[in-house]
Amino acid sequence: MASSTLLLAVAGLAVFAYYLGRQRAVAAAIGAGPRGFHSLPGYHGGYVALWCVLPALLVLALWQVFEPIWLRSAVLGQLPADVRALPSEQLGLVYNDIRNLVEGNVVSSSPSADILAAASRYAALRETSRALAAAAVLVLGIACLAWAFRRVRPDFRARNRVEHAIEYLLIAASMVAILTTIGIFLSVLFEALRFFRQVSPLDFLFGTSWSPQTAIRADQVGSSGAFGAVPLFTGTLLISGIAMLVAVPVGLMSAIYLSEYANRRLRSWAKPMLEILAGIPTVVYGYFAALTVGPILRAVGEGFGLEVASESALGAGLVMGIMIIPFVSSLSDDVITAVPQALRDGSYGLGATRSETIRQVVLPAALPGIVGAVLLAVSRAIGETMIVVMAAGLAANLTANPFEAVTTVTVQIVTLLVGDQEFDSPKTLAAFALGLVLFLVTLVLNVIALRVVRRYREQYE
Amino acid sequence: MSSTPRTSVKEAVARGITRRYAYESLFRALGLGALLVGLGFLAFFFYTLISNGYTALVQTRLELDVTLDPMVIDPTGSREPSVLAGADYQKLVRDALGARFPDVTSRADLRALYALVSPGAGIEVQRLVTGDPRLIGTTRSLWLLADDDVDVLVKGHVSRELPEVDRRITDRQLEWLSRLESEGRVAEKFNRYFFTSGDSRDPELAGIWSATVGSFFMLLVTLVLSFPLGVATAIYLEEFAPRNRWTDLIEVNINNLAAVPSIVFGLLGLALFINEFGLPRSAPLVGGLVLCLMTLPVIIIASRAALTAVPPSIREAALGVGASKMQMVLHHVLPLAMPGMLTGTIIGMARALGESAPLLMIGMVAFIVDTPETPLDPATALPVQVYLWADSPERAFVERTSAAILVLLMFLLMMNAAAIWLRRRFERRY
Repeated sequence: MASSTLLLAVAGLAVFAYYLGRQRAVAAAIGAGPRGFHSLPGYHGGYVALWCVLPALLVLALWQVFEPIWLRSAVLGQLPADVRALPSEQLGLVYNDIRNLVEGNVVSSSPSADILAAASRYAALRETSRALAAAAVLVLGIACLAWAFRRVRPDFRARNRVEHAIEYLLIAASMVAILTTIGIFLSVLFEALRFFRQVSPLDFLFGTSWSPQTAIRADQVGSSGAFGAVPLFTGTLLISGIAMLVAVPVGLMSAIYLSEYANRRLRSWAKPMLEILAGIPTVVYGYFAALTVGPILRAVGEGFGLEVASESALGAGLVMGIMIIPFVSSLSDDVITAVPQALRDGSYGLGATRSETIRQVVLPAALPGIVGAVLLAVSRAIGETMIVVMAAGLAANLTANPFEAVTTVTVQIVTLLVGDQEFDSPKTLAAFALGLVLFLVTLVLNVIALRVVRRYREQYE
Repeated sequence: MSSTPRTSVKEAVARGITRRYAYESLFRALGLGALLVGLGFLAFFFYTLISNGYTALVQTRLELDVTLDPMVIDPTGSREPSVLAGADYQKLVRDALGARFPDVTSRADLRALYALVSPGAGIEVQRLVTGDPRLIGTTRSLWLLADDDVDVLVKGHVSRELPEVDRRITDRQLEWLSRLESEGRVAEKFNRYFFTSGDSRDPELAGIWSATVGSFFMLLVTLVLSFPLGVATAIYLEEFAPRNRWTDLIEVNINNLAAVPSIVFGLLGLALFINEFGLPRSAPLVGGLVLCLMTLPVIIIASRAALTAVPPSIREAALGVGASKMQMVLHHVLPLAMPGMLTGTIIGMARALGESAPLLMIGMVAFIVDTPETPLDPATALPVQVYLWADSPERAFVERTSAAILVLLMFLLMMNAAAIWLRRRFERRY
């Protein structure tokens, strides 16, 4: 918590710096008169405050990054030679023990004298490092404050400087989106690569048996896990396919009805009502699929003499389809309304009925947009998690029968990662490999869909 | 074709016209049917939720005459708060129940009898006594919490006609319960546990308060981070960025992020925030960070739309009277675009509130009873609570799950209503 106090101190210093700079600017302005003065006093205050804060924060951030590294090498370097000779994982455990001792947490074994000594050294070093960092940050802050303060003169262009700084802040903010994508890609990729070091990518992508149980003991039954992801891919495709079979006709037809047939009153309340479906959290759909739709399907299936699993692909797919309806309908509605009225009028003038106009003129004109909408919907269905976690099965069946239970990529990611986990077993790393596949597939779908939609829009604008 | 007589074209059209009109009305009916499927599902959905969930507002209580025996509560008579708090109040409740049914004597029967009241009943008596120690020694008639198995039976969710093996209440327990009912000692009272307590293994004591607080902290972190970041990004891209490959890349990237599955953000949170940065598991801080990255694209896209809606004349006027570009943006464009940005932010927050998949990844599915006090305490969130309860086998959790969903939907509805209000009230058309 020391760094949070430090942050507060820096913030306080910044406020102080702002008033100091402003004061000096006001005082100088009185001497210089309105014409000899470039920037408003507030900008001078802002300039001083920025100089006071930014270098200090930079130092603080660097210290946060490098302190653990330095501490680790300093503490481990002082350990006896036989401990230092341990392989790096065990050395990591020893280091964890030392840190836990300092934090007062439970330690795995009773510590030896070496470890105790190392712990006290760790605590002492950390104290020193924190004190040093605090001193450095505050001294730097005050020094920069003083330097910037001296620059406050009537002809000093404080506004331009402050505006430049703000612009750099804006650029930095827009970097976050890029960094997120890179972060997602790299974090998933690195863990996936660790997985592929243990399981060959070919086995993973083309194997047909999935049972991610790895043994705790070497002699355990079924000790070698099988990581063939094909059943997961087919399960995902089956459920998404059922979802699209529901969502595309229903969504498209309601969009057509709303944009071409419905009067304004119906449109004004039916459209928001449909969009409520999009606002319902997915966990609610999952609950619904598991507790209402599943039993209904089972009962109906029994009526027809069919055996429907209580966690059938059909149930999850149906509910997922309903979730996607508003997605398809609102996107298609946009593209259908964007088709110029002149095309319709031309078709009516030739004597076509409304439905003929829609089928032969409006839909072909809107097709790229609709394809884009459907692709986005597919990417949604593939990545949807809660519905399938709650309503689809866990067993990896390689089947195309919608009445059987299948599992999906997202279900497996959740089951592999929820609960206690050790981070090096292929079982948990497999989740990241699946995540990588999921990310890449949805990425490709999104890029294609966005490109299709964009190209289409350019046509009429 | 020109040689064909005109009449035959007319005839051909006339021949086809009935079929074409029939097709027309079929097509139209299909469209209406599709719309009705969507709306019908919505109606079915709310009907099921409300009919399942409204019973969670009340819970069954049994009226018992509890003797606040000083020998059990405070044998030494010291009236120390610690002694009062630690006494075995459940025994008082059991004694009261035993006194009502003096004919029950065997150990097994007594255990079955005691199972009619909730373990929470003793806590209620404890609260009463610690609130007013002068009551010790008196006999009070109290409405005490019944067990959840009794609750579902009294509410009629589990039929009394079922064979005994299919019920969690035995025939003898049912007989005692009927006796209490005939004496008017069974009633449904307002379920305050549902709104004031955290999760519990006993459905009758479980509530959504902890999850609501967890969700609140999470949204707070999300809002504090994603609103400034999103608005700043939108301003840069819309007002300052040059049009080049680099800004194109940022733009494509933002549109992409909006469509990345939420569970992938959970993977990022797990690998980066928890494994690399060592932030605590199950903490609303991490949840808020993950949700922030998720809602950021939504806010950026809405904020950019709001900025584009501000007419160029405003910008030109500001520049014309000598404002710098930054002043033009910050003093004139931004205030006009703010309502649109806020609307987008609220919609993003509503989406974040309903999100649960990434939270499963970062350990917010743990069984957590205590209400978090800071964003660093372990917590759970409302949608995750729904997920946890939906998985619980007890019948009494069904109505609570539905009720929790209704509460969640109510929050979402309020947020969306606020967004619509904001748009109506402040958005200007130029």
